[in-house]
Amino acid sequence: MTGPADNGSAAKGSADQGSADKDGQVPEHDPHAPGPHDPDGRGHFGPYGGRFMPEALIGALDELSAEYDKARLDPEFTDEFARLLRDYAGRPSLLTEAPRFAEHAGGARVFLKREDLNHTGSHKINNVLGQALLTKRMGKKRVIAETGAGQHGVATATACALMGLDCVVYMGEVDTQRQALNVARMKLLGAEVIPVTSGSRTLKDAINEALRDWVTNVDTTHYLLGTAAGGHPFPVMVRNFHKVIGIEARAQFLAQTGRLPDVVTACVGGGSNAIGIFHGFIDDPDVRLVGIEPGGKGIETGEHGATLSEGSPGMLHGALSYLLQDEDGQTIEAYSISAGLDYPGVGPEHSWLKDTARAEYRSVTDAEAMHAFQLLSRTEGVIPAIESSHALAGALKLGQELGPDAFILVNLSGRGDKDMDTAAKYFGFYEES
Amino acid sequence: MGRLDPLFAQTKAEGRAALIGYLPAGFPTVDDSVELLRAMVDSGCDLVEVGLPYSDPVMDGPTIQAAAETALRSGFRLRDLFRVVEAVSSAGGRAVVMTYWNPVHRYGVDAFARDLAAAGGLGMITPDLIPDEAGDWIAASQAHDLDRIFLVAPSSSEERIALTTAASSGFVYATAVMGVTGARDAVGSAAEGLVARTRAHTTLPIGVGLGVRSGAQAAQVAGFADAVIVGSALVTSASSGVGAVRELATDLAEGVRKTPTTIG
Repeated sequence: MTGPADNGSAAKGSADQGSADKDGQVPEHDPHAPGPHDPDGRGHFGPYGGRFMPEALIGALDELSAEYDKARLDPEFTDEFARLLRDYAGRPSLLTEAPRFAEHAGGARVFLKREDLNHTGSHKINNVLGQALLTKRMGKKRVIAETGAGQHGVATATACALMGLDCVVYMGEVDTQRQALNVARMKLLGAEVIPVTSGSRTLKDAINEALRDWVTNVDTTHYLLGTAAGGHPFPVMVRNFHKVIGIEARAQFLAQTGRLPDVVTACVGGGSNAIGIFHGFIDDPDVRLVGIEPGGKGIETGEHGATLSEGSPGMLHGALSYLLQDEDGQTIEAYSISAGLDYPGVGPEHSWLKDTARAEYRSVTDAEAMHAFQLLSRTEGVIPAIESSHALAGALKLGQELGPDAFILVNLSGRGDKDMDTAAKYFGFYEES
Repeated sequence: MGRLDPLFAQTKAEGRAALIGYLPAGFPTVDDSVELLRAMVDSGCDLVEVGLPYSDPVMDGPTIQAAAETALRSGFRLRDLFRVVEAVSSAGGRAVVMTYWNPVHRYGVDAFARDLAAAGGLGMITPDLIPDEAGDWIAASQAHDLDRIFLVAPSSSEERIALTTAASSGFVYATAVMGVTGARDAVGSAAEGLVARTRAHTTLPIGVGLGVRSGAQAAQVAGFADAVIVGSALVTSASSGVGAVRELATDLAEGVRKTPTTIG
């Protein structure tokens, strides 16, 4: 009873997603409904989150909060969002068992939530469709965004093309080189791509530059932040736009296996795909939630992006959360082979999930991620994003730890087409030809 | 009673606005920054803002970003900040610190306030800390008798201006334009309106910053504000040496004295 044919019946529509629930618990049907996992009124998850932002932006954050609080309860908005996810993004995404890959995971059963099959090739489309709809509701005509690997930039440019919004994407100069194909995609979609040459010239600096643009043009412009980080309401809002991943996956998992997974794992850069899938299972106490951070060249080398594993609480880009920082509070530049994961901060809810031990965070190295990247390609015919390959490498280890009785759900957050150049260089394919 | 109250009592008695000059500590080196800040004081800055160089200065334009990078590359450490403040204070200058919040949080808010006060600092300007999140700082500033200078912006609602001014002491920092720091040809027309809106909520002096670069502009701002704040223009002139800083500070000091201010 596995395979793509089962996916549709399990998760079509929004009203009956829990119908396959066999353990008697009532799953969360409405991803937008306020609930016990929301932050307090000022955006705090425990001590984390909040608004460490310039006063000049507080008005815009207040406006966004007020609009989002109305929209999340407004069927006109939530229905339109659900329609776009279904008819434009292609949801529900499949749940695919990966038995040949799983042979390398201690014989555990491994299932992939196929966010790579969404329109634009990653989970990012969920959040951008939601925020672009909000932008229109607020009467703003211009959207700015940051991007690391280019997945969020492409998704934002896509939503802006769809909805007739002007789009400017800030991208670190280093990343524009690593991800030239995505730069071309964004331009084709009508976006202006601005290479950022300050600081480390990667994602962190792209966010800095986008914030500088926003504070200057806030009357006309919405900052479409791409991860569940930043000042309130971004972490809760972005999370809720991605909850569909976890809600679908839970129903699909039950339909295919008759049970819940033992572990749900996802890669964590800023943490948006992870928070989205985790929330499908957050009230299932027996389901372990494991976030996989980029260990880069190895934690001991200092060249990594393992914020939750190695960082300490601090403020970056508007929220208190774990942060890679030195003893003076200066941000330490992150490193990962994956342009989408080399971010020294992380969304504040992950910090809270770590401190409360509801989720665990560990890291895998570049080499482990690239091994999983190749392994999934060769065993299942699915080329994952290098970001998602971190979660796959985590699943290999988890499977070996847990043994053949384990059921593991991996969020395959994106596809690897964009990473072909990095991969070809890494594996020496160019020299072979 | 704010630590900066005597300063503003004096400038008010003189019928003029105060001149406040900004320079990052450690720019271009720690010793040079001490010399430059002392020169600013000598040339007529009533108060100096000693900036703390930070890796992610999202409120700053290219000039101050580059200065912060220079300071950090040449080895600036947080403890050097207190040395710079102490050097300004011991030479008879008045100093407050302007800093993004994370370095203070990392150092420990109370410890930072304690060490700043011990160095002779009078207060702190916090561009990315709003009163809503400032519980620790409000307590520490009271414990160590430091002024809390929060910011208001053209986009601030009346409610937020009321909240922000109520939490402030010393003066209130009004950002003249929506945008990052940097010298501009014209100070935003929003500034005067913002000052007027802010006055409705507080008797604290109001300083206007973001964009002032000349004596003429300083005079214009002094026409409606209690203090004129100059940053990027001084940082730019610092690149040409201490003589250029003296020249600009002198011009600005003349500017704040030009405008006839209604007394009482």
